[in-house]
Amino acid sequence: MSTMHLHRDDEASKLGMWLFIFTELLLFAGLFIVYGVYRYLNPVAFHLAAEELSVTVGTVNTIILLVSSATIAMATTAIRLKNKQLTILLLLATLFLAFMFMTNKYFEWKGKFEHGIFPGSEDLLRLGHGDTLFFSLYFFMTGLHALHIIVGFVLISIVCYRVNNNSLTANNPVLLDNSGLYWHLVDLIWIFLFPLFYLIT
Amino acid sequence: MSNLNAVSFREEQGRYKGIFAWIFSTDHKRIGLLYLYSIVSFFLIGVLLGAAMKLELLAPGKTVMDPATYNAIFTLHGVIMIFLVVVPGLPAVFGNFMLPIMIGAKDVAFPKLNLLSWWIYVFGAIIALSSLFMGGGPPDTGWTFYAPYAFKTNTNMLPAVLGAFILGFSSILTGINFIVTIHRLRAPGMTWFKMPLFPWTLYGTGWIQILATPIVGITLLMIVGERVLNIGFFDPALGGDPILYQHLFWIYSHPAVYIMILPAMGAISEIIPTFANKSIFGYKAIVISTLAIAFVGYFVWGHHMFTSGMSGTALYTFSLLTFIVAIPSAIKVFNWVGTLHKASIQLETPFFWAASFLFVFMIGGLSGLALGALATNVHLHDTAFVVAHFHFIVFGGVGFAFMGAIHYWFPKIWGRMYNTRIATSGWIIFFIGFCTLYLPMFFLGVTGMPRRYYDYVENFHGPNIVSTIGSWVLILGLVIILTNLIRSAYKGEKASKNPWGGRTLEWTVDSPPTLENFEEIPVIDRGPYDYRKNPE
Repeated sequence: MSTMHLHRDDEASKLGMWLFIFTELLLFAGLFIVYGVYRYLNPVAFHLAAEELSVTVGTVNTIILLVSSATIAMATTAIRLKNKQLTILLLLATLFLAFMFMTNKYFEWKGKFEHGIFPGSEDLLRLGHGDTLFFSLYFFMTGLHALHIIVGFVLISIVCYRVNNNSLTANNPVLLDNSGLYWHLVDLIWIFLFPLFYLIT
Repeated sequence: MSNLNAVSFREEQGRYKGIFAWIFSTDHKRIGLLYLYSIVSFFLIGVLLGAAMKLELLAPGKTVMDPATYNAIFTLHGVIMIFLVVVPGLPAVFGNFMLPIMIGAKDVAFPKLNLLSWWIYVFGAIIALSSLFMGGGPPDTGWTFYAPYAFKTNTNMLPAVLGAFILGFSSILTGINFIVTIHRLRAPGMTWFKMPLFPWTLYGTGWIQILATPIVGITLLMIVGERVLNIGFFDPALGGDPILYQHLFWIYSHPAVYIMILPAMGAISEIIPTFANKSIFGYKAIVISTLAIAFVGYFVWGHHMFTSGMSGTALYTFSLLTFIVAIPSAIKVFNWVGTLHKASIQLETPFFWAASFLFVFMIGGLSGLALGALATNVHLHDTAFVVAHFHFIVFGGVGFAFMGAIHYWFPKIWGRMYNTRIATSGWIIFFIGFCTLYLPMFFLGVTGMPRRYYDYVENFHGPNIVSTIGSWVLILGLVIILTNLIRSAYKGEKASKNPWGGRTLEWTVDSPPTLENFEEIPVIDRGPYDYRKNPE
């Protein structure tokens, strides 16, 4: 419509992304409060229920996410070094790791479902209140986290596509930077989810 | 030095024609007006629902509707008025229209995101209102969606809750947009303390929007989880705790009250110095009290739950914090009154709205302290007193400020002047109607009439009749005000750039402003309310 829409302010875009990240953190904060309250009220049940989850799968997924955070961080540097191929390679690596994470999650959830453990199931209700709450929280929180992984996956795919057709280069890397920030957020939330559900037993 | 070739933002030809030129426009002024038209439409629906409740309460027993309908109506009245009208009200309408102009910018930081926020708002509104027309009937839990009602009722809770969740997104995106705009797009020379007060309150509001709204977002998602997946976070039968829902809900919904009231205070802080022809008294005190309200407002949510069951320590702490949060509001009132002291006041319609704002806001605020005190709260909890209190704040405070703002900025937005005599008589009738409607409810509450009941015992009859008559007077005033404004938007006299003698930047641009607001971004070298020297 006019010249003002050509105006670009990368600092503003990054500030906006940071504010959005604050919002996301508080979205999960609500769930962490619920977790804290119910852990306090049902210490024994939470302790025993946590032992049902496989620390191995959790650890593998944590490593996967940490490495993927590293690859996307390297991609933000690679694009500034004007190395298009390396940028794309690193972004594809991030996407592959995200896919691996979701695959692990899928098999983990599937195993639980096969044992009759899912929100509202008869078997879960038989286990008692503490276990019901633990697994409801587990599915709700990791489910919401998985949703964020999917959003991040789509976002990084778009970035990858745009790097490939040269519409995202060293001159305007802010979309890649912001996707990186978002991906670190997804990683950060997992860093809290992992000990809360897998390690504290 | 107006450019003869410049056309106003309304006449500017964009890429699209007709209505699409509006609903696909990324111009902050058009988006502000889109919000205005949608919000006023929802407001009128809300008013009709409120009037229907008052009609039911005209006499004891069943007057016009059965109890189930009454429950549905007060729920819808609350949902529409809170989520669709008052929360987006001033920030989305006047914030969008005025913020960039007042800080000397051409638009907000993210114009496309701004348009997206409006679309999300409309989408959320449609989802929320669809609950009216689907199988199970409209929701009947009250706008608070308290557990366990929210997952036990057979009515259409899902669309209402999802609608509120989506509306939260719109609110968050607007908040992010405004904060970034204020950080990045202030005109050269406009330091933080040279910024007008309305943008300051939008800044405080923006932070509450991004930090508090996600909490209610996740809480509403948990209610969806309760209904769809039976997760049991708030269901005692599954080990959950319904009181926890109340905590989570009010962690957002109390700060939300400040999302509503802060921009209202901002608008009043613009109107008062203009009509007092005097620089505002205690500019910095108003700024700091704005930020203090935004901050302390996070920690008072427990005062909604004094009778729900909390430890003694929690009760005392929340009560104390409630009294503390009243201090910055009182500071503002003193500043406004201080500004009026020894001023040569222009008695115009926006000023009448601002002055009556002070009156109703003080009644609302002081009755809030009666509710914040533990002992009186036990007596007054869930009575008509509470209803009167928050209508004095939310309708009296925010509503009057909105009316004041629309009469203040009308010449700037539409480039025309309204008939001030009709506008002022509309105000008098509205004001009388408002007081007749809500003042009796204080007395009803003190004598024990509960809220949210469609019926009452015979001794409450008198004040209820007065209150219902007040609702008719208020609606009469509203009709006069709206007809006058709508007629004037088409037929009013052309307004000059600065009809009131305001000093802030919006009065230096054309009425209505051009697409880019400023031909040249101004350089700021003085405070926003500098009435000492003539700027011309």
